Amino acid sequence: MELTTTAHPPVIKQISGVWNFIRQWPVIPGIVIALLIFMGIFGPQIAPHDPIVITSILDRHTPPVGFEVCAGAKCKTGSWEHPLGTDHVGRDVLSRIIVGSRISLIVAAISLVVGLLVGTSIGMISGYIGGVFDEIVTRIVDIWLALPFLMVALLAVLIFGSSLIVVFCLLAVLSWVGFVRVVRAQTLQLKQMDYVDLARIAGASPIRIILFHILPGVINSAIVIATLNVGNLILAEATLSFLGAGIPPPTPAWGVLISEGREYVSTAWWQTVFPGVGIFLVVMSLNFLGDWTRDRFDPRLRQLT
Amino acid sequence: MQRFLIRRLIFIVISLLGATIVIFSMTRLAHDPRELFVPDTGYGMSEEQWIALGDKMGFNRPLPVQYLLWLGKILRGDFGTSIHQELEVRDIIFSKMGATIQLAIGGWLFAILMGVPLGVVAATQRGGVWDYLSRGFALFGQALPQFWTGIMAILIFAVLLQWLPAGTRGDEEGLSIKHYILPCIVLGWPAAAGIMRLTRSAMLEVLDSEFVKLARAKGVGRVEVIWKHALKNALIPPLTSALLLMAGYLNGALVVETVFSWPGIGWIALNRAVYDNDFPLLQGTVFTFILFYLFFALLADILYAVIDPRIRYS
Repeated sequence: MELTTTAHPPVIKQISGVWNFIRQWPVIPGIVIALLIFMGIFGPQIAPHDPIVITSILDRHTPPVGFEVCAGAKCKTGSWEHPLGTDHVGRDVLSRIIVGSRISLIVAAISLVVGLLVGTSIGMISGYIGGVFDEIVTRIVDIWLALPFLMVALLAVLIFGSSLIVVFCLLAVLSWVGFVRVVRAQTLQLKQMDYVDLARIAGASPIRIILFHILPGVINSAIVIATLNVGNLILAEATLSFLGAGIPPPTPAWGVLISEGREYVSTAWWQTVFPGVGIFLVVMSLNFLGDWTRDRFDPRLRQLT
Repeated sequence: MQRFLIRRLIFIVISLLGATIVIFSMTRLAHDPRELFVPDTGYGMSEEQWIALGDKMGFNRPLPVQYLLWLGKILRGDFGTSIHQELEVRDIIFSKMGATIQLAIGGWLFAILMGVPLGVVAATQRGGVWDYLSRGFALFGQALPQFWTGIMAILIFAVLLQWLPAGTRGDEEGLSIKHYILPCIVLGWPAAAGIMRLTRSAMLEVLDSEFVKLARAKGVGRVEVIWKHALKNALIPPLTSALLLMAGYLNGALVVETVFSWPGIGWIALNRAVYDNDFPLLQGTVFTFILFYLFFALLADILYAVIDPRIRYS
């Protein structure tokens, strides 16, 4: 056995080394997310065509590169001009996906940060103080979980109108609950630790104890929950946009692209397929990344999520 | 068991009250509810008529009283009259409920029938082909947006292959099992993914425990140990999280009904209530969804208590 393994040519060794690296580190998800962030920041600069303004309606439903679609006698062939084809009014699908990534990114990031800050603080305070406050918070979380999110979102959109702010608020409100549950449970454990008691005896104020003694103990879990949550938030945002209750047009959010393409799906599949593949790749990468951070930073959470 | 049930029922009543408070305050927070009934132009409504409308809707009373009156009406199932269709909201909802329940049951069956066996097989053959297949199934189920999966399912199986109808239930006579296949699978997939993952990890843990090894050592067959001794204990985590899965499930019903033009509650909520600004109808549908959710949550709790006796006493 020893002999055969050492007898491997160096190329195979190198390949298996690369493979091991890919197995240990989230390389592919990392690349996808890095690409997403790059697209989000430089979207309008790198998009080959204008994503919103209709430049040439005659180019409508040009197929992606390498495809040919015929309607009657007239045929359209895909070219590198529009690698992923064009939509129903002749806009470049690729450009719209690239620019649309920015909205997904911003929405997910902001609502996540708000959810993280609010959820973690409430979770720590509720777990540390206990008593009536804790009881109320726990009830609110339970009630919140009983509300069908999309329905409430539709209600909110009907009442407040659809705007970016409403979507932010809805998603932030969606994400905070997950943090509260986990952080509260861990705070309850940490609270009984000797070092917390000692800090209290030494005269530390509750705020100081929470910030310097509880927070470092829960921050890992909070970050893990955050990574696991981003994918869901992006999905939720896309779903809202798809239902027409999210980002108002003409902003090309991914969900909007799919709902626009839905009508034409039997003749122009590319208009629907590619944005969906985009959402799938991003959400899958984020889920991978989330699992990876969990296993690495906080294996205890395996049971909770 | 009785005390456990009573506690759960109290919890459900509290949740219901909380949910109604959320809905009520949302409706009052934004602006004058009269504006939802009367457009900005007011149809030439005079000041007196405006006030009279307010009186009729009970706005001159203090807010808590208004809330209680509203709650009383809602609990009696009186959501008012739909603005666009001259029908009682209750009647509209009842007429559409069957379709949603059928869809939910179908999706539920798919989720459990796929999720649990795949989870068990993946755990028993860890690292094998089935493990990778099941994990791939879960991966796609959790990362694919449901509305997109639905559209793709229609494109592939209804438009290109023409194996199955494009979803719409159509009229009752033409309804066959074929109409259910695509919507139920699309609805159940994410839930199946969640159940599969939880079953798998729970199963891995249980298979490693002492009592499983003891049962094997005493000569109980491998199949029996896996499906009887181990599975019974491994089912607890998937069932606990059933509560959370359920919430996503109802959201899914809304999306799936929209994509497949399935004439259920989710579909009217979106097409009749939201797009037409029909406020009483939306309130009614939201409330129905919450009732559904709490009912299923109670079911899951009872099932949970039956399977795991420790829960009843904690």
